[in-house]
Amino acid sequence: MINTKDILETINMIQDENLDIRTVTMGISLLDCASSDIKVSCERIYDKITKKAEKLVVTAEQIEKEYGIPIINKRISVTPIAMICASSGGNPIEYAKTLDRAAKAVGVNFLGGYSALVQKGFAAGDEELIRSIPEALSITDRVCSSVNIGSTKAGINMDAVALMGRIIRECAEKTKDSGLWGPAKLVVFCNAPDDNPFMAGAFHGAGEPDCVINVGVSGPGVVRSALSKIPEANITEVADMVKKTAFKITRMGQLVATQAAERLGVPFGIVDLSLAPTPAVGDSVAHILEEMGLEQCGACGTTACLALLNDAVKKGGVMASSHVGGLSGAFIPVSEDAGMIDAARSGALKIEKLEAMTAVCSVGLDMIAVPGDTNAEIISGIIADEAAIGMVNSKTTAVRIIPAIGVKEGEEIEFGGLFGSCPIMPVNTYSPAKFINRGGRIPAPLQSLKN
Amino acid sequence: MRAVITVVGRDMVGILAKVSALCSECNVNVIEVSQSILQDMFCMIMLVDASKINVPFASFSDRLTGEGKEMNLVIHVMHEDVFNSMHHI
Repeated sequence: MINTKDILETINMIQDENLDIRTVTMGISLLDCASSDIKVSCERIYDKITKKAEKLVVTAEQIEKEYGIPIINKRISVTPIAMICASSGGNPIEYAKTLDRAAKAVGVNFLGGYSALVQKGFAAGDEELIRSIPEALSITDRVCSSVNIGSTKAGINMDAVALMGRIIRECAEKTKDSGLWGPAKLVVFCNAPDDNPFMAGAFHGAGEPDCVINVGVSGPGVVRSALSKIPEANITEVADMVKKTAFKITRMGQLVATQAAERLGVPFGIVDLSLAPTPAVGDSVAHILEEMGLEQCGACGTTACLALLNDAVKKGGVMASSHVGGLSGAFIPVSEDAGMIDAARSGALKIEKLEAMTAVCSVGLDMIAVPGDTNAEIISGIIADEAAIGMVNSKTTAVRIIPAIGVKEGEEIEFGGLFGSCPIMPVNTYSPAKFINRGGRIPAPLQSLKN
Repeated sequence: MRAVITVVGRDMVGILAKVSALCSECNVNVIEVSQSILQDMFCMIMLVDASKINVPFASFSDRLTGEGKEMNLVIHVMHEDVFNSMHHI
């Protein structure tokens, strides 16, 4: 029989330490739906999504019951809509409405892919789609959007950076009376991965198969709890403990991913080895860092602790899964992490420190609320800084920032659920306007002479 | 498929009887049982074979969890593969 200790450990992880599968995301290619008539494209898209993902939610719920593992989100990612828009022309809002309708029909809570990839420049459909994002996100409930403005191979498209600053502000303006959801559903990427299962930045890249299942695991609570059992251990032992725990978490993700893929008759894509926090008590990445020995997240030493955590999670997870991909690393969204919220409230954690942390972990400045009067150029400046970190370090970075219209520094905004609440963080208000408005492109960085 | 049923809670008369009665009603065969009582906390782990189950597995699991709630016990039903994949390479 299976070891009793192992059984109780697993049950404990699920029941008390918030271990769960964060998302089962079905990636669907819409390339074969493109037509020169936008109406035809929309019809084909609706039909394809509702057919492919018809059983996604039911199957995930079945696995949840049978295996006794909570699967929190069932989601869909699709081909960047700008590519479809390129051949059909017309108003991209029609696509947003179609995607929202399809997401509701199949019962997924978010659908990502209202996206454009413009790291080197705008192709047909790209600019129209980007300019439509504020409206698209304000009139739909479940559509998520992302724009890739830079990459290590292409450099950073500064015209797109300038545009995205304005678009993010517009998103906030358009949804200021309905909870500022617009900017919370929009991610600006550098080096966006093609197979990311996590929202809001998920899309189904052009090199992906027709339909695929990607799974994102979670479990910061499990890692924190494992570390709390070795309070006197040295850092080598801490890293080993993180690796072992990450291995177990990822094995569960791999099991669910292969089961879901098999039952849906769709190839298994990747497991995303991410420690994704939630605002729930005991499900925080910041608390792991504090468990390592920081008084509060944001203290000197935070970047080093996070680097260790991020690397150990990958090392443990890689062996546990046959294919790893997506963002894979620790997430540090401020609003979605109880420890980060506390650290931001107390002033221990500032945007500048967060920026440094993003150089050593996955994603970037995520779910950060800034004062409502922060102008578009400053937001673009933040995007450019973050993209530069990603570009130079050959890693994914992103910005999901919420200009909290009508709310001042020191106050808070509340999203609720998995999105949590955001203290408004102070921003350096010196203007980067001249730099941002120059436009053009930051050339791709040298890949040797690394220092 | 084989599943692991775990029952944790305050000890009382008839826990094992209730759980195994439900198993037999659903044509689920009990393969192995291990139970321990620490002070007055009851902890039981049951390995069962559910390959000839006569109801959908989800409803079997729901019924067990429901019974557990009534008796103030926490009952989990999980596929054996979860433990195998998590704890064995």
